[in-house]
Amino acid sequence: MSVASELRRLRGRVAIVGAAEADEHGKLPHKSAFQLHAEAARNALADAGLALRDVDAVFSAGLWMGSETAEYLGLHPRYVDGTQIGGCSFIAHVQHAMAAITAGLVNVALITHGESGASRVGMPGTRFGHDSFRLQFEQPFGLAGPPTGYALAAARHMHEYGTTSEQLAELAVSTRRWAQLNPRALMRDPLTVEQVLSSRIIAWPLHLLDCCLVTDAGGAVVLTSAERARDLPRRPVYVLGTGEASTHVLVSQMPNFAFWDAARLSSERAFAMAGVAHADIDVAEFYDAFTIVPIMGLEATGFCKPGEGGAFVSGGRTAPGGPFPMNTNGGGLSYTHSGMYGMFTLVEAVRQLRGECGPRQVPNARIAICHGLGGMFSAAATLICGTEIPD
Amino acid sequence: MVDTPGPLPVPTPETRPFWEAARRHELVLPRCRACGQLHFYPRAICPHCGAADLEWVPGSGRGTVHTFTIVHRGQRGFPLPPPYVLAIVELEEGPRMMTTLVDVAPDPAAVRIGMPVEVAWADVTPEVTLPRFAPARGGGS
Repeated sequence: MSVASELRRLRGRVAIVGAAEADEHGKLPHKSAFQLHAEAARNALADAGLALRDVDAVFSAGLWMGSETAEYLGLHPRYVDGTQIGGCSFIAHVQHAMAAITAGLVNVALITHGESGASRVGMPGTRFGHDSFRLQFEQPFGLAGPPTGYALAAARHMHEYGTTSEQLAELAVSTRRWAQLNPRALMRDPLTVEQVLSSRIIAWPLHLLDCCLVTDAGGAVVLTSAERARDLPRRPVYVLGTGEASTHVLVSQMPNFAFWDAARLSSERAFAMAGVAHADIDVAEFYDAFTIVPIMGLEATGFCKPGEGGAFVSGGRTAPGGPFPMNTNGGGLSYTHSGMYGMFTLVEAVRQLRGECGPRQVPNARIAICHGLGGMFSAAATLICGTEIPD
Repeated sequence: MVDTPGPLPVPTPETRPFWEAARRHELVLPRCRACGQLHFYPRAICPHCGAADLEWVPGSGRGTVHTFTIVHRGQRGFPLPPPYVLAIVELEEGPRMMTTLVDVAPDPAAVRIGMPVEVAWADVTPEVTLPRFAPARGGGS
């Protein structure tokens, strides 16, 4: 049996039956990271028509053990997964939950995210030892947080392909236009390419408005088998294809600074499993910690060729009314970004496929892609999901 | 050289020979005796073939800028005030490493991908020497 037909057997076997966010997001110094987990979990389970006692598997990623989230919720799960590969971890958890459910090990999987990314309330320390490899070989030379790492990739992409700062800015502008249609988005003022280009440089070639927000937020999704999903109140969102991959962790170890290898690996798997074509995708949620990320993501996942990402996002092509609706909640650039944004791609895809999005609803959205980032283009996870299981 | 040395590396067993050589202003690289390939950062197992038969070989200290950024919002405690140039240098021998570019204006017009560079040792404390890089003398090609 070929790899594709082997994978195809998993298509449509499980569904997302609940999706929600914490009660509020933004700057929340009155809430801990675990409170955001708990609010999101409670809201997602209510959305699914299920209760905490129905959950037998917990998936959670942060700088703590997955079991700590379970403890806070008072759960005694028989399956715990704390896989941490960066902000796309929750998309990878969908694949892991699918594996556990289809193997018959668990019935109801809860994937939660809560992060006090701005206020840092109840967050564990993030300091690595001075004998860690990143502190031996990167920090002493001036690596100063995520913008500096992504700037190294952006500069190389510009060098190899002629990608421009204007093209990066176009993406930020189109994403802001989606945010203007989303009452929950944190950044809703009109934005122009000129404003992005005149915002201060954080790490050349990246400007302030090439960078995502830093917020306090949480989200959760609930998965179960497709059979059980049909008995639950909400329209199931079927998991059609999944993939994940990891290539490195340290910035200096990125195999190719102008191409996101992990994204190619994860998306090839997801498309093979789903058996759908790129042209079948109605709505796309691409992790956008920085403007360069979805541009390189679109190239690596095959929506365009390497080097064409800048042109692909130009001219408002990803904006409301454009031919490629992307980051329809306003993205990490204008909606929210707690630090591990991947969960919000899942929640927005579910809402779009259920037709719940009001002014920002993509008409007749039936198949969505969520594509997440981990670390410094280090990891990727891809989910293709839909309202029906294709024949 | 500076009042605050900033974040300092603490060696582990597999990296100690690199940092000890750096104190002598020698750039050494791990090479696999089984497959002949070099790698960086130093490990106890060859990331190309998995063999554990490694040796240290001298590097030329020369390379080219593979990519770079001008850091305007710096790291707390970092000794060089922003803006400064953070770069990935591709060594003549093949492996890449992260470094700080010095003796060049922190200006995208002054730094160029492909620019020849050479190691510029920085004795940041009596115990720690960092391999920063500077434009190659004579400009190179």
